[in-house]
Amino acid sequence: MPVPRLGPATVSIYLPIAELPVNLFVILGLGVAVGFISGMFGVGGGFLMTPLLILVGIPPAIAVANVPSHMAASSLSGALTYWRRRLVDLGLGLVLLSGGIIGTAIGVWVFSILLRVGQLDLVVGLSYVILLGIVGGIMLAESARAIMRAQHGAPPIVRRPGTHAWFHGLPLKLRFRQSRIYVSAVPITVIGFGIGFFGAIMGIGGGFLLIPALIYLMRVPTTVSVATSLFITLCTMLIATVLHAVENHTVDIVLAFALMIGGVIGAQFGARAGQAIRAEQLRLLLGLLVVGVAIRVAIDLVAVPREMFTVFGMEQLQ
Amino acid sequence: MTACAKSVGLALGAALILTLPAAAERLVTSVSSHRVLISSNFTGTDIVLFGAIEDDEKPSSQERGYDIVVTVRGPAQTFVARRKDRMLGIWINVESRQFIDVPSYLAVLSSRPPDELGPSDFLRRNRIGLVNHTLQQRIGADFADVVSRDPFRTAFLRVKMDQGLYHEEPHGVTFITPSLFRASVPITGIAPTGNYEVETLLVSGGEVIARQSTAIEVVKTGFEELFAQAAREHGFLYGLVTALLALGTGLLANFMFRRD
Repeated sequence: MPVPRLGPATVSIYLPIAELPVNLFVILGLGVAVGFISGMFGVGGGFLMTPLLILVGIPPAIAVANVPSHMAASSLSGALTYWRRRLVDLGLGLVLLSGGIIGTAIGVWVFSILLRVGQLDLVVGLSYVILLGIVGGIMLAESARAIMRAQHGAPPIVRRPGTHAWFHGLPLKLRFRQSRIYVSAVPITVIGFGIGFFGAIMGIGGGFLLIPALIYLMRVPTTVSVATSLFITLCTMLIATVLHAVENHTVDIVLAFALMIGGVIGAQFGARAGQAIRAEQLRLLLGLLVVGVAIRVAIDLVAVPREMFTVFGMEQLQ
Repeated sequence: MTACAKSVGLALGAALILTLPAAAERLVTSVSSHRVLISSNFTGTDIVLFGAIEDDEKPSSQERGYDIVVTVRGPAQTFVARRKDRMLGIWINVESRQFIDVPSYLAVLSSRPPDELGPSDFLRRNRIGLVNHTLQQRIGADFADVVSRDPFRTAFLRVKMDQGLYHEEPHGVTFITPSLFRASVPITGIAPTGNYEVETLLVSGGEVIARQSTAIEVVKTGFEELFAQAAREHGFLYGLVTALLALGTGLLANFMFRRD
């Protein structure tokens, strides 16, 4: 693990739980940058923050445990705004959460097993490449089509209420009023489970997975999808913070606080920037960002490592 | 097995003390501080060790040529080293070894390069130099310290040195006068907390003629200790406070940046 070299002009701060000094401005800067993206796109930003923290020398187990509180802080403002405008579908959120909590618990368990057998980096890396690659690719293609349609003056495609998918035949049907859908609770719970599971392993909130799943699979209106996703991110990230603190003792309040402060400031400016951009252009930008992260992780997997050996203390693996 | 190795080590140590020549030299050492305090701006520090060689024989036997080796060993920890190899185009951890109860921090400072001080079995017996420390590995069901050329052993030393946790300075001990010396031991910012053993050896003519041990302690203070203790002993409360802090920070920003 490379330790950032500290020059005389940097302000360093000691992380009492991670037990290492970091450059305070680097951490605050990361918080602001990721918070900006979080506010702009209405996602948590964990898919950026976790790899970036590991890149600046924070051990993976510490990074995964401290990103959730940053996501909770920077998504709170957006969640509040949507809540006041009554765009959060509480029923849909609760069904998603029920699957999400089971997924998170199993994900945390799988995380610790992978850490012990030494294949965490590989599984996390592959998950990033596959999930981010697919979702980012779909986003890019879809938003590019939407932008081209807009340029040709064609009306944007609205919701198709008549479309039926195979899962509409499943039992336990529920009506979600805000989302204007009448579907089985089974696929929604499964989506929640998947988000929770990959969220725990990859250190992400899963907003960028959940929003497309709600829009394209469940046919939930875009604003309700974003609002409900932000609300769920807020809840799960608060729960994840407490879980990591109880189970792994890896929550570093100094690191978390520095990230939060940067995050909430960045999120405010990001939200304003986001309002100035058209929705399909916003999706194109987010798609580019997601694909970019996937490519970066893919390069790390195939490039010849500088050091063939890694050394970890057993305490960090428990 | 470890206990067995330890008792062998003890026996060896006892034998060594018995065979020490009844030399007239004595070592007196003092460190600049016995406690390294970690506070919020800690990025590492240097511990300075001063020492004097006391010689009862008059005239003194300085023409024998003295050498000093200062070794600092941090609390013992168990580590896992893993080796990557390419499979299907991707770099994957393929092999691992455990290093059992090895120093988490290790610094060897000497007045001359260790390999000039005596034959290799003497250096190994007295643990003079990084490579001459016992690094017990678990390979499957066996415990052993393998040959010094073992790739895992050399990689372990290399990675630890890159991190700044293992440190060797062949000219790190300087003589101020023929009988007075000093050494500066760098304690890196990522040094683990706990008790560190500081051992000073007086070497002359291929034997250890005096030794002196002292200890330093690396501890967190103030808020750093408070946070660490809270995280360890009151996980739920600590997590709840962090979660509430996130809510509070978010609310405060929302309030401060409101435009209406």
